[in-house]
Amino acid sequence: MSVIAFWGAVELGLVYAFVALGVYLAFRVLDFPDLTVDGSFPLGAAVTAVLIIAGVNAWLAAAIAMVAGAAAGMVTALLNVRFRILNLLASILTMIALFSVNLRVMGKPNVALINADTMLSPFFGLGLRDFYVRPLFVGILVVIALIIVWRFLESDAGLAMRATGANARMARAQGVSTSRQIYLGMAISNALVALGGALFAQTNGFADVTSGVGTIVVGLAAVIIGETLLGARAILLALIGCVLGSILYRIAIQLALSSDVLGLQASDLNFVTAFLVTIALILPRLRRGGAA
Amino acid sequence: MIALKDIKVVFGKGTPLQKQALNGVSLTIEQGSFVTVIGSNGAGKSTLLGVLAGDVLASEGQILIGSTDVTKVATAGRAGLVARVFQDPLTGSCGALSIEENLALAARRGEKRGLSAALGTKRREHFRERIAELNLGLENRMRDRMDLLSGGQRQAVSLVMATLAGSEVLLLDEHTAALDPGMAEFIMKLTQKIVSERKLTTLMVTHSMRQALDFGHRTVMLHGGEIVLDVAGDNRKNLQVEDLIDMFRKMRGETLDDDALLIG
Repeated sequence: MSVIAFWGAVELGLVYAFVALGVYLAFRVLDFPDLTVDGSFPLGAAVTAVLIIAGVNAWLAAAIAMVAGAAAGMVTALLNVRFRILNLLASILTMIALFSVNLRVMGKPNVALINADTMLSPFFGLGLRDFYVRPLFVGILVVIALIIVWRFLESDAGLAMRATGANARMARAQGVSTSRQIYLGMAISNALVALGGALFAQTNGFADVTSGVGTIVVGLAAVIIGETLLGARAILLALIGCVLGSILYRIAIQLALSSDVLGLQASDLNFVTAFLVTIALILPRLRRGGAA
Repeated sequence: MIALKDIKVVFGKGTPLQKQALNGVSLTIEQGSFVTVIGSNGAGKSTLLGVLAGDVLASEGQILIGSTDVTKVATAGRAGLVARVFQDPLTGSCGALSIEENLALAARRGEKRGLSAALGTKRREHFRERIAELNLGLENRMRDRMDLLSGGQRQAVSLVMATLAGSEVLLLDEHTAALDPGMAEFIMKLTQKIVSERKLTTLMVTHSMRQALDFGHRTVMLHGGEIVLDVAGDNRKNLQVEDLIDMFRKMRGETLDDDALLIG
């Protein structure tokens, strides 16, 4: 693997770290299996790309993308909380609908961002090579997001959200409106995922309607790899695990694809992904001694 | 103060399984009074507790807790008025959170929850002191996950949790039923201590006739969704467990007679 390929993998891992943080909030904190992310990731990319091309400031575009992602999450929460649709199914419905929404937003399946002013533009040409600038920039944003999510989860409000996922009956007895927590949690989760999409579009120079396929699997892989490495006990460790897991996952994929011995090609990506996630799911069980 | 006025609760209304769980229950409990509730299975004990907690909304009637009308307010909305210990130790606390996180959650019961850190140094110290009062050695395990504790330990912590934030009423839902006899006795002593120290208005549902007569100031017996016995003072002092069992038998006998009449 070349240096450029390595840093490219790190960069992609950092972009998907936002997805991992979002998936952690939904799956682990709220215990809400949320497939909305397969739609909210390309939604973030689409909204950002279209707005940047329309001349909107890239930072503002990313902020609007986050609002769009939050709205998508709240639609899923609405279907689940208000209309009592099973959580997984509610998120699949939103995900399917978002595919059409994303096509409408972009007006075509693919929007290119070549030579457009992105959040990263001011940092190119300051002496650092581009393939260092991108992961560094995204990495700083990831650290900021991680600290905010961490402080939130350890606040009174965050504790209410964690209780909602862990023991809803107890949470209500303590005066926590569990429905409100699900709305809030799904909004934050999908806003983070949409921010990942927004950064994906800007670092890769395009938004594509199909780029969301498998987002949930990648995010889940990162969460599980992180838990395998650092454990799930302390919130901060779990969040750092999400980020590390996301980066390691990308490096593993890059290694698998660039290894001549294995003879894999880019089109094998989904299979390799499924394989790696399966390994990550089985490993903790094996370690505990009882393979179920 | 709690005031229930002619509370009726119907489950599955209009279906073949329709059940009148409470049939016009009126009950006033004065400030600081400790009432025990007994009754056979299906008598309406759980429903009564559910109506007070907000899990079950009454089809008819009115409920006042303190001076607030909570008839149509669901659980989360009235949590500031109601503290509660569940029968199942796993229900009353969060296994995935640490002891101190559970306490922090309970300390804000019914209040707005902000973005400040849930566990500052001061709060940690306060929680530690409260847990140390239990003499269970848990004060050295404040960061342990709740699900590492035994059922009895969890109930003890739940009792502390119930008193961290102020409340109008304490509801105890057979909170010793899942424990071994020794632990049950410990929890009852602790309950007695907390209730009398803090002068809490308390309603305790129990399966144990012994508990029903030994604790509190007043005993209420439910049957078929109605209050069939309500004793306090000297009448209650003279009442023996055997008397209660006799009454249970009589009640069951009556229903059998009724059925016989219907079939006949």
